[in-house]
Amino acid sequence: MNGVHDMGGMQGFGRVMPEADEPLFHAPWESRAMAVTVAMGASGQWNIDLARYARETLPPSIYLSSSYYELWIRALEQLTLERGMVTARELSSGQIQDPPLPVARVLKLDTVDAALAAGSPTLRKATSPARYALGQLVRTRNIHPQDHTRLPRYVRGHTGKVVMVHGAHVYPDNHVDRPLPPFNTNAEWLYTVVFDATELWGEAADPQVQVSVDAWEPYLEEVLL
Amino acid sequence: MSNHHHTHGHAEASHLSDMDVRVRALETLLTRKGYVDPAALDRIIEIYETEVGPRNGAHVVAKAWSDSTFHDWLLQDATAAINSLGYSGRQGEHMVAVANTPEVHNMVVCTLCSCYPWPILGLPPVWYKSAAYRAKAVMDPRGVLADFRVTLPEQIKLRVWDSTAEVRYLVLPMRPPGTEHLSEEQLALRVTRNSMIGTGLALTEPV
Repeated sequence: MNGVHDMGGMQGFGRVMPEADEPLFHAPWESRAMAVTVAMGASGQWNIDLARYARETLPPSIYLSSSYYELWIRALEQLTLERGMVTARELSSGQIQDPPLPVARVLKLDTVDAALAAGSPTLRKATSPARYALGQLVRTRNIHPQDHTRLPRYVRGHTGKVVMVHGAHVYPDNHVDRPLPPFNTNAEWLYTVVFDATELWGEAADPQVQVSVDAWEPYLEEVLL
Repeated sequence: MSNHHHTHGHAEASHLSDMDVRVRALETLLTRKGYVDPAALDRIIEIYETEVGPRNGAHVVAKAWSDSTFHDWLLQDATAAINSLGYSGRQGEHMVAVANTPEVHNMVVCTLCSCYPWPILGLPPVWYKSAAYRAKAVMDPRGVLADFRVTLPEQIKLRVWDSTAEVRYLVLPMRPPGTEHLSEEQLALRVTRNSMIGTGLALTEPV
């Protein structure tokens, strides 16, 4: 989706403002927001791409004016509402009205450490050979999917070079096909593709700058020499 | 003017308490429904407050500076090398380390969200998730460095890594000159979080 979350190359946001001695959390609610988001991710009722998609589809004005943990909370409300895990009335009243739905897993005190240490690897066994090789020139497709994709706008339709081949990873564009498990975990070859800044931003760009993205094979097409 | 400030301050304060109420309500409801365990939430917070943060990454970098075998392993297979020091898991499942050299300076961003190598750097700072950084890093990385008061010689190439997949990048900063005599523990104190993202350099002076 060509949403406001796809920020690479946008202008007008001003300078980057690092905060001296920044605290880990700026208010107690931020720590709870982080933890409840991580814990609910373990429920298995959505996956990382569906969670990202929920944030990306928040209204643009909300997205741009909210802190990151606020985005997480708004998306978490959406994710649980859409699945009927909570109702709007329950959210506003705080009182349970409908019984809970079954979930794949509830993170408990004694399972937190192991769950975080394990993470959710996305590498899968490849079912076909990689189409592109290290050093090969490729072009990113000029595509504008309506829903979730991880190909940023600023690289679309540009020619770059494959500098890493990462194996086959779960393909985000398919990972959001179904809102509930079992998810479509189709994996596609993943490459790091590097572009000259002049290819992305024109002749006035700094010739000493290069930018890469990690791009799945369906995002790429061959460059005929 | 003072009126405006007063109004603005009030709005900020009530906004914070709005979020406080909103998060508390959601957590309470999810707890009552049995989807989350508050003790597990406490533990998650404790992990990122006390155990998982940029000191882990500093350990990795200092070891790479002091041990050439580990250095080469880190650049060859960062996931395994980092795992050997006990750091693994969520948002660091697939690691790649990229080394700064006298010719190339690396910088990491996530333009689409806030992907960040949690096991070695902890939770990202606000600036890393900000629109300004996500927008500017890929188009004007030298300007970003200036925002951080970092100036590099003009001939140094800038290499920006936009982490658009589940691969997470660690910048291996250059070892500061005059640190040949330092132990691994002393070296780790020279490694800043920003030097491992590429918006800073390792410290030339002890802190």
